Amino acid sequence: MLNFSKLKILFISFIVLLGFLFIIPNFFDKDLKYFPSKKLNLGLDLQGGSYLLLEADIKPVVSQKFQLKITDISKKLRSEKISYSNFKTTDKEIIFDVKDTDKNQVIKLLNSSELNISISGNNKEYLVSSNQKSINLEFTQAFFDQVKKNSIEQSLEVIRNRIDQIGTKEPNIISQGNSRILVELPGLKDPSEIKKLIGKTAKLTFRFLANNNKDEFGYENLTGKNKSEKYVVEKKIIISGENLVDAQPGFDNINSSPLVTFKLDSYGAKKFAYFTKNNIGRNLAIVLDNEVVSAPVIRDAITTGNGQISGNFTPAEANNLAILLRSGALPAPLQIIEERSVGPDLGKDSIDKGIISLIVGFVLVVLYMIINYKIFGIFANLSLFLNIVLLISTLSILEATLTLPGIAGIVLTIGMAVDANVLIYERIREEIKIENNNYIAVEAGYKRALTTLLDANITTLISAFVLYFIGTGPIKGFAVTLSIGIITSLFTTYTVGRLFVSVYLKNHKNNYISI
Amino acid sequence: MIFNIYQKQYNFLLHYKKFIFLSLILIICSFLLFFFKGLNLGIDFKGGTVIEVKLEQKVSTEKIRSNLAKYNLGDTKVKEFGSDKEFLIIFEKKGTDNNFIENMKSSLEKDLSTKLNFRRVEVVGPKVSDELSKAGSYAVLLSIVLMLIYIWFRFEWQFGLGSVIALFHDVTLTIGVFSLLSFEFNLSIIAAILTIVGYSMNDTVVIYDRIRENLKKDDQMNLQELINNSINETLSRTLKTSGTTLLALIAIYFFGGEILKGFSFAMIWGVVVGTYSSIYIASPFILLTNIKRDWNEVIDSTP
Repeated sequence: MLNFSKLKILFISFIVLLGFLFIIPNFFDKDLKYFPSKKLNLGLDLQGGSYLLLEADIKPVVSQKFQLKITDISKKLRSEKISYSNFKTTDKEIIFDVKDTDKNQVIKLLNSSELNISISGNNKEYLVSSNQKSINLEFTQAFFDQVKKNSIEQSLEVIRNRIDQIGTKEPNIISQGNSRILVELPGLKDPSEIKKLIGKTAKLTFRFLANNNKDEFGYENLTGKNKSEKYVVEKKIIISGENLVDAQPGFDNINSSPLVTFKLDSYGAKKFAYFTKNNIGRNLAIVLDNEVVSAPVIRDAITTGNGQISGNFTPAEANNLAILLRSGALPAPLQIIEERSVGPDLGKDSIDKGIISLIVGFVLVVLYMIINYKIFGIFANLSLFLNIVLLISTLSILEATLTLPGIAGIVLTIGMAVDANVLIYERIREEIKIENNNYIAVEAGYKRALTTLLDANITTLISAFVLYFIGTGPIKGFAVTLSIGIITSLFTTYTVGRLFVSVYLKNHKNNYISI
Repeated sequence: MIFNIYQKQYNFLLHYKKFIFLSLILIICSFLLFFFKGLNLGIDFKGGTVIEVKLEQKVSTEKIRSNLAKYNLGDTKVKEFGSDKEFLIIFEKKGTDNNFIENMKSSLEKDLSTKLNFRRVEVVGPKVSDELSKAGSYAVLLSIVLMLIYIWFRFEWQFGLGSVIALFHDVTLTIGVFSLLSFEFNLSIIAAILTIVGYSMNDTVVIYDRIRENLKKDDQMNLQELINNSINETLSRTLKTSGTTLLALIAIYFFGGEILKGFSFAMIWGVVVGTYSSIYIASPFILLTNIKRDWNEVIDSTP
């Protein structure tokens, strides 16, 4: 156990050198020549920033899909000259009535692949059942899952666009589960602007204010920016935000109040031109998320496809609106269900405190080991130090994120490494009492301590793994440092520490050794 | 030498029934506390909002509390946090409006006529807090089960069961003390409990390892004496490890800042209880079971 071949010594030194190589870049802000560029990242709790968990509310999307389905079904039934009545929807079903004699044919039609689209494999959109005169379409889980998946995919894109426009550094935007989006914004000082941008669905429509002409789609009552203004707006949509190709904040030429200018695609421009030409004198309603932004009078036909929206904006509001319009509408509204924001100064405080506690803990442990084990205590401390070097460099290679709980994990690892040393040295003490030959005694000590060491560390490793797989965010960070720390500490105490001891023993073969 | 305990042999198992009885009472108390007093759950598990705020000018806790009343925040707590210009505001309500916090901040700045720095804002919705509590409990249970399996494979079932009983003891008592002292129970406490589970298991395994070793050496010795010897032989390592771990933890407790206080307190408590349970619960448990004496294996012949 105490004989190390040259190759082994070379290997150990190589690993330790690598450790130093990978830890050095962490002390410099710039990338260094000849050194790896990978670094340890600081978590949001240490450098400040915001963590937002968003959840999509798919109810509006589902009801929209149901309406479309109802339109498809009634079209089909009309073309087959089948009469129907009483379309109703619940959270999961569409229900309607047909004549008893038509029932079988209707069920057959509903099951055709034209209406009941297959989603994946054998999964269809809905299951058809009937009782008495009503037909019941129960939508499948696969359908809802797909709606969720699609709306999250689209939302992800939109949210990315919106946040990119604000220009924070290295935002991390990923989907989590099938109805959530995780947004991490390191270094962000004030999350309120971003939250304003995320919260809006940003569905823009151009419609007409109602006048006496009857409209086949009906009307709805909407309010303006302050809730007191009331508008009656046609449900019929002339053009919507999808037809926008660009939107920029700007200022009015006459009174220089902030506004947003937009540009329509060719389809939108044609449509807009047609409607404005035929409705000169009427009020247009520009509606954003069911709120009337403004209702200007159409004075001329707008044929260029360029237009502007004014509505008593502040410059910041105009800028936000432009961003929202450029990056498109969210398919489903997003709710912030978890938020954790840390200001940068608190983050710095936390680092300082974490580092101070780390140093104090380390110094106490170092003194304790030297008092207890003398020269062997120094070996133990050296291996402890190397343990921290290897741990941090491994974390840097993985580009892991160091959080406050992560620092706690490092402190705990020091504890575990000390324990490993204590286990070994106590065992050596026992062996020295019954064996005169130092060499044999120390070797036996290492050998006998190994099983205990492995059992003890593997059990801790098990709980670290469980933490990693079940835990979220900060807990994961703790688990990562703990599990890597256990492995590096086994290497440094059992292998590197043993190497120190073996070199020492070569020079003190027969003397009394004090441990 | 710090602990001069090599020569002395303590009789740990002399009163083991009394200690088991004591632990049983403590476990029952913890359960009663948990069910009747409950835990002071943090927003991670209850949902709600925490704001750590730093004021430019000194304002009394009372004034902040009375000014917060008009926002209908539900159950609201305001306490000093670190210095007399830093406060922790905790309330039940999660603003339904995404900009609720920002609006509250600006109107509070006017009311208190001082600049506010919201240094940390955490909002956890009810759905998330439900999931977090579930994940937390699963994590603790799953890691205990996995350890049981591991110990069972490495030793005998008696050892597996004994160590898990000791773990159960430690976890229960930790929850008990959090309930008793009304300390906030949050995600980092779950992390602490899992660490305690690992630590206590570590401690128990070291003693069990020695018991197994001695069982292999000697199949005649009175079991109580053998177990007692094993505890004594490992005692110096047990105390030294607990001692150093406590040193490091006490450093975190005093220097690690407010956020790590709960975590390090739980750990300090867990180390003490875990050390106690491996000596007084896990070890006597082996005595109570019918452990096999014939460990028919070749005794390690290497020096």
